[in-house]
Amino acid sequence: MAEQKRIDHPTGTETVGHEWDGIEELNTPLPRWWLLTFYASIVFAIGYVVMYPAIPFLHGNSKGLSNWSSRRELAKTMGTEATRKAPILSAIAATPIENLPGKPTLMNVAIQGGGAAFKVHCVQCHGSGAAGSKGYPNLNDDDWLWGGDLKSIVYTITYGARNPEVAETRTSLMPAFGHDGILTPAQVQDAVSFVRVLSRQEKSSSSSRRGSALFEANCAVCHGPQGKGNRTVGAPNLADGIWLYGGDRETLTQTLTDSRRGVMPAWGHRLDPVTIKMLAAYVHSLGGGEANPQPQLVATAQATN
Amino acid sequence: MSSVNDLTNGPTSLYEKRKSVFPKQVDGPFRRFKWLVMAVTLTIYWVTPWLRWDRGAYAPNQAVLVDLANRRFYMFDIEIWPHEFYYVAGLLIMAGIGLFLVTSAVGRAWCGYACPQTVWTDLFQHVERFLDGDRNAQIRLDRAPWTLTKLWKRLRKWSVWLLIAFLTGGAWINYFADAPTLQRAFWHGTAPTVAYGTVLVLTMTTFLLGGFMREQVCIYMCPWPRIQTAMTDEKSLIVTYRHWRGEPRSHGLKKASEEHIQTGDCIDCLQCVQVCPTGIDIREGPQIGCITCALCIDACDKVMGQIGRPRGLIDYATELDCEREMRGEASVSALKRLLRPRTLIYLALWAAIGIAMLFALGTRTRVDIAAAADRNPQYVRLSDGSIRNAYLVRVRNMQNRPRTMIVGLRGLPDGVMWSEGQSRAQASRTLRVDVPADQVLKQRLYIVAGAFGPARQDFVFTVQAAGDDKETAEDDESFVRPEEGQ
Repeated sequence: MAEQKRIDHPTGTETVGHEWDGIEELNTPLPRWWLLTFYASIVFAIGYVVMYPAIPFLHGNSKGLSNWSSRRELAKTMGTEATRKAPILSAIAATPIENLPGKPTLMNVAIQGGGAAFKVHCVQCHGSGAAGSKGYPNLNDDDWLWGGDLKSIVYTITYGARNPEVAETRTSLMPAFGHDGILTPAQVQDAVSFVRVLSRQEKSSSSSRRGSALFEANCAVCHGPQGKGNRTVGAPNLADGIWLYGGDRETLTQTLTDSRRGVMPAWGHRLDPVTIKMLAAYVHSLGGGEANPQPQLVATAQATN
Repeated sequence: MSSVNDLTNGPTSLYEKRKSVFPKQVDGPFRRFKWLVMAVTLTIYWVTPWLRWDRGAYAPNQAVLVDLANRRFYMFDIEIWPHEFYYVAGLLIMAGIGLFLVTSAVGRAWCGYACPQTVWTDLFQHVERFLDGDRNAQIRLDRAPWTLTKLWKRLRKWSVWLLIAFLTGGAWINYFADAPTLQRAFWHGTAPTVAYGTVLVLTMTTFLLGGFMREQVCIYMCPWPRIQTAMTDEKSLIVTYRHWRGEPRSHGLKKASEEHIQTGDCIDCLQCVQVCPTGIDIREGPQIGCITCALCIDACDKVMGQIGRPRGLIDYATELDCEREMRGEASVSALKRLLRPRTLIYLALWAAIGIAMLFALGTRTRVDIAAAADRNPQYVRLSDGSIRNAYLVRVRNMQNRPRTMIVGLRGLPDGVMWSEGQSRAQASRTLRVDVPADQVLKQRLYIVAGAFGPARQDFVFTVQAAGDDKETAEDDESFVRPEEGQ
């Protein structure tokens, strides 16, 4: 390709010297202001390199005269955010948990904050939608092992369940009826039949009628004569439609034979009281939260203990 | 070889200094029309935000307001919500087709008369002529060495430009907040930072674009002239030099008549070049720099009058008319030129969109419901075996008064609902909600239904405004149950 620069007559502009099938390219001059803008951006880039971290070294990088770092900026932003939140968080701290629903602003903040904390600390077992899975309770429903009012939820979160490190933890130990030889395998099957009749999954049968007597002797002390459960000892309601491990024959047989002893960590020494309150508010807001217990009910509960 | 490195001299320079343009004062019908357009457009720009419009107690009383903070757009009796952005999209499409329509009917009229770049450049050039004198005085001043007088004159001109630019930028923000309140806050130093930033940026861009960049915006930066070259055809109205009438140019009529030289009407007086705000010579033919402001027509007509020739050596004409005229045929009438298929199709499209939008505006309801089902978990089994779904329901009250709305269910025969904060004991098929004026009410709703039924059962959320207007809206949703055996 020969370099044949020439002046194009109609425009008075030089060509770049390339030609393809008679088509030539004009070397139209750029406007000077464009060039000046280009120089200005070079000057800006030099200023940027001087002022900000820009040049990577083997270890670390140049710091720049402004001493700016994204980490420091983050810390500053987080600090500002903490200062901004401080008044409302201390207001939540000063409010007893059972009075929180009476203060809609605080309750709303608590629910939002609890949702954020839940995503960090609780989703590993209870799932991101708090729907649980086998052995991990669904927190959306209206069935509670240890109580679904705000105060009970705070207690459960603070001390956990069957946690060996904490004395106040929610504890109950169902016997391993089959494994420990309290019931024979055949008796276990009869008890399972009765439990499935209680929860209206099966029709009454000779097996369930045998199981009825076994239930009364072995199970009713915790689960109640109609199998309605007892929250004081965390005994689940066996007459409802919700099963933590499963209500089918096979799973129930396993439960009666080997027992189930799910453990929940105690969060009292890991999370601050405000976060625990907020978590309780969030869990309470998922659709199954119960009203604060009436004082006289608390009195009777204590009397039965 | 030297050409590549030599950036400043000669025709081979890679970078070009702007050729200064000093347009001369001119008077004539087109110039007066430009004055009128400038007065009207600038008045609209500066006055509109100050117009008041009573909307009652719950909405701002500014006639035209783009309320970004509250995400509302007010234009007299029309209020647009963000989800109705298609009206704005429709307006933009109408503006686009409107430009095509104007181009097909009267050529680059937008560029020549109404474009803000043209209007403000024109205004700045008037300031320049008023302060520094007409073209020749300006050229002298430009070439003069930098003395105190020149410095004073330059500072004086730039100050007036800056003042106009500041008024321009300062008026823009009035469209985005209550104008009197914002201006008071602005001068007390309590307006939002974004207001000061916007004014600063728009002041500087107006100053630079109107004072210094001028025709370079049209020639280098604006896409519209490029689109125009594709839009114009042989029937487009463009500013044309009648070269068959003007050439050959004479230099001195007396000399020409004495020497019996056959000359055209053009006396090469260069008036058309001197008045041109973009610094082009229209006699070279149609070009991208011509914004069809027609000032050269005014200038040339005046000269033709002085030398006793008919006006219109430079005139608005189509290429087709020029060819007919050169052949000695009569030109096409203006009406016939306007009523050509292309123009009519643009007009029909433009009007159809406008009518469709007006119809939609006239028949739209000011209540709406939109529900989003919880996806995690999709359903919750309750202790009595029934299934609960949760929905985040948004009820929009787009009227400027608080209204009570009744949310209801259609379908899902055994379903009942209650809102967050209520208990299941209060569940029913309908729910009354109070929606504040011009607001969206966000309400979490629980619906519970029996465990037996389709895994996905469709139903409809309905909403009806209580009271006299009975506006209704609905949203399709579905109720999810666990699959068999779960």
